[in-house]
Amino acid sequence: MKKTLLALLAAGTALSLPTATPVLAQQDTAEACFVYVGSRTDGGWSQAHDMARMEVEEHFGDAVTTTFVENVAEATSEGTIERLARSGCDIVFTTSFGFMDPTLAVAERFPDVKFEHATGYKTADNMSAYNSRFYEGRFIQGQIAASISETGTAGYIASFPIPEVVQGINAFLLGAQSIDPEFSVRVVWVNSWYDPGAEADAARVLMDQGVDVITQHTDSTAPMQEAASRGIKAFGQALDQIEAGPETQLTAIIDSWGPYYIRRLEAVLDGTWESENIWDGLESGILTMAPYTNMPDDVAALAAETEEAIKAGDLVVFSGPINRQDGTEWLAEGDVADDETLLGMNFYVEGVDDQLPE
Amino acid sequence: MIRIELHRRSSPSATLRLLSPVIGLALAVITGAIMFSLMGKNPATALYIYFIEPLTEAWSVHELLIKAAPLILMGAGLSICYLSNNWNIGAEGQFIMGALAGSIFPVLFTDFQNPLVLPLMIGFAMVGGALWAGIPALLKARFNTNEILVSLMLVYIAERVLDYLVRGPWRNPGGMNFPESVRFHDFARMPEILPADGRANIGIIIAIVVAVALWFMLSRTLKGFEIRVLGTSPRAGRFAGFSSRGMVFFSFLIAGACAGLAGIIEVAGASAQLRPIISPGYGFTAIIVAFLGRLNPLGAILAGFILALTYLGGEAAQISLQVSDKVSRVFQGALLLYILAADTLVHYRIRIAARPRADKPDVPRQTSEKGA
Amino acid sequence: MELALAVLVTIVTAATPLLLAATGELVVERSGVLNLGVEGMMVMGAVGGFLAAYLSGNPFLGMLAGVLFGMGMALLFGFLSLTLATNQYATGLALTIIGLGLASLIGEPFVGRAGIRPPHLDIPGLSDIPFVGPLLFGRDPFFYISLALVAGVVWFLFYTKPGLTLRAVGDNHQSAHALGIKVLRYRYLAVLFGGACAGLAGAQLSLVYTPQWSENMTAGRGWIALALVVFASWRPMRVLVGAYLFGAVSIGQLHAQALGIPIPSQALTALPYAATIVVLVIISQNRRLTMINTPASLGKSFVPDR
Repeated sequence: MKKTLLALLAAGTALSLPTATPVLAQQDTAEACFVYVGSRTDGGWSQAHDMARMEVEEHFGDAVTTTFVENVAEATSEGTIERLARSGCDIVFTTSFGFMDPTLAVAERFPDVKFEHATGYKTADNMSAYNSRFYEGRFIQGQIAASISETGTAGYIASFPIPEVVQGINAFLLGAQSIDPEFSVRVVWVNSWYDPGAEADAARVLMDQGVDVITQHTDSTAPMQEAASRGIKAFGQALDQIEAGPETQLTAIIDSWGPYYIRRLEAVLDGTWESENIWDGLESGILTMAPYTNMPDDVAALAAETEEAIKAGDLVVFSGPINRQDGTEWLAEGDVADDETLLGMNFYVEGVDDQLPE
Repeated sequence: MIRIELHRRSSPSATLRLLSPVIGLALAVITGAIMFSLMGKNPATALYIYFIEPLTEAWSVHELLIKAAPLILMGAGLSICYLSNNWNIGAEGQFIMGALAGSIFPVLFTDFQNPLVLPLMIGFAMVGGALWAGIPALLKARFNTNEILVSLMLVYIAERVLDYLVRGPWRNPGGMNFPESVRFHDFARMPEILPADGRANIGIIIAIVVAVALWFMLSRTLKGFEIRVLGTSPRAGRFAGFSSRGMVFFSFLIAGACAGLAGIIEVAGASAQLRPIISPGYGFTAIIVAFLGRLNPLGAILAGFILALTYLGGEAAQISLQVSDKVSRVFQGALLLYILAADTLVHYRIRIAARPRADKPDVPRQTSEKGA
Repeated sequence: MELALAVLVTIVTAATPLLLAATGELVVERSGVLNLGVEGMMVMGAVGGFLAAYLSGNPFLGMLAGVLFGMGMALLFGFLSLTLATNQYATGLALTIIGLGLASLIGEPFVGRAGIRPPHLDIPGLSDIPFVGPLLFGRDPFFYISLALVAGVVWFLFYTKPGLTLRAVGDNHQSAHALGIKVLRYRYLAVLFGGACAGLAGAQLSLVYTPQWSENMTAGRGWIALALVVFASWRPMRVLVGAYLFGAVSIGQLHAQALGIPIPSQALTALPYAATIVVLVIISQNRRLTMINTPASLGKSFVPDR
């Protein structure tokens, strides 16, 4: 059965060369397909993936062709992913958490197509998971915020209470409190990843309440624009958003998926691709920090120093002593949080002035 | 000055009544072809990929059936509302609440696994959808509150209820705190019809049966007569002893139950779990389905397939031609506008006059709210 | 005091697009036409306004383009619902669907680009008056236009002959026609005015509210504007009150969140919609009030007999 499917696939792509050990089959060309949850020009999450797709095209030239589908509703994504699997894609990158179960379902039906799902946790023989430790960047942001803030309060525009966002809020606060133990964060949930109007409203409300640094875990540049119009500093999200606030952006967490995609496609071409579960941080280059701008030199130096320490493994963001929000101990001195706890994180650390939904 | 004058036909044209959706569809396809050429694509190829290619493979036809089922159900239900002059535009919210009510069993009573589960889910979903639709109906009947706005506001609220549940109390306890429910067990799934070829489930059969039943009710029963009379002339309906208020409830509850049913078919069928977003706007597209189907539940079956095709075609065109997915939305909107314009031909002859006629002091005529 | 001022300014910014669009729709409905396509006209105004300002570098051209795009959509609505006497409800819905689709298609290449804000009107002296100064002076042009618009509509509808005629058309188009009034002409003009206002409201979103274009950036505001007209029982001054109240509710929920009030954010973000329903019920319960002001021919097609 497997052989027939392989033969069919080979006929479909007409270029892959099945050998006696098909798992290690080398191929001259590959088709890489991408599924985006938003618009490829959203200025944030999906655009970062699309820029990485273009890096792939540039890197491989004719050897790799790419296809993308944008604005895919998570509700009906299984059909879309199946269409791609049938259309001759060798590898399909599904770039939103909500695509996890649909990707797995299609992966089970198409054992000879490779799948990679971003920011989830489920894998299969032909389905990898990949993710980025965004929270490492947020720790640096927290340090910067606490260093430059005069009011001692930052505004945090959050999307949805999922572990990735909770990690970010916690890391931001831990970073800030490493500079100013009294620092506090005000959180507003806009219940959307991308809604410039709501994000701008949230930014205005936070600034009205007296915060003097804004950070966001939503994708639009609207908070940056609002901060700029009031002369307050802010952090970019997913991409370098310096254009939206040349005198506003302190730094940005840049999602740089390109090198990862290139590495995985090389593996596809070499026939060495294997299912993995990757959760990389600053050190791997899967996320990078935009230049430290619009801040005093000593703060920029501190940020750069922290970045190096994280890369070198000298500084681990979630290492004890850390208390939970209610004051009970989470990590004792010398303890380091395990990945499973982080991946499912749904509690705040001490000092966050917000409540998570049960 | 050129002006367009309408002249009422002595009786509505039966031929044009059948032709007007065809005219509308043809004009929309021509518009689509023009849009494709403007984008530098060969319109013939584009139209082929859009409307034909999705039908050439068995699995793709299955996908069509999956998308058509909710559209047919909601389109047929909304037809009853619109015929009786009740403007329910909140099917999307009723779809969500139905899906939630039906999902109570697989999500909260995970150990309750037997063949009774699916019928119970379907029943709860219909009641859930109907109850949510009952809110605008109650407010309209009791306080004369505008049902258009209330039903729409309830969509926004339903979306947030779903969001709250899947991120909070209904979250999968074994799912690393990600926003999704447990996957439904096998007893809580819509059985697939031809599993060898694709994913289509019995939802499409249910949808067609319901649409046919609604058609029968409309065309062969006194209730159907009552719906039409109250829709075209509430005064005449009252003289005949029909209750406008009763009709508000009847039409909203039917449409809500259909939408709730569509909701459970979607979550217990294609997606097998609850997620923060469970519909790509089916409830709004169903409005177009209702009108393309001439507010006839049988017509809604055909119209449901056509609009389901625009979803698949849009996706295929995006993959093969790199055409923006927004083209589908423009196409859907244009289709509705053309159908409405073509409907004018059913009741009026259109005359283009070169000069304005002298206004005659004759008695003007007022058409009903429905215009059609 | 400073907080109160800041909050008020934010509320006014949030309310202005609602006020603009609702005032336009009020005139449309006073003429007896129900245009449910406010959302579609508004979103086209947003994309048109953004593009014109972005491409020309002139925000005032953006405002003009917003008005023209809104009027273009209104003309389409007028042609169908007035000339061809199509069902107004369905035509309005269609206008919304096609407006949202067309705007996202046109705006696609420009998503996320930084737009241009129109300059604020700073009056030295006046802007420096404590509290009132910063609130009333030194705001963006849309704010002043919205207030002038309400005043103008009050004057037009209730103190001029054409305004009286317009209301007559909306209350009883047969009688108006019998008196020799050109019903359809009045309605066309009203519909175009409504389109201009909705388009301007859209331009406020893409030039002031968030100076960028993003898909569906109207986010249901067109529908809220329609609700405001009912809330106001077709009185312009009440539209003003309603718009600011609605702005207060939608901004207030964000303040509640930022202060750490432990209510699920979903409940808070649903609050403006729930409030709209409650208010609609309260208003419609008062039959006397609504009966007096509701244009009797609202939503009914008119075809002169020939």
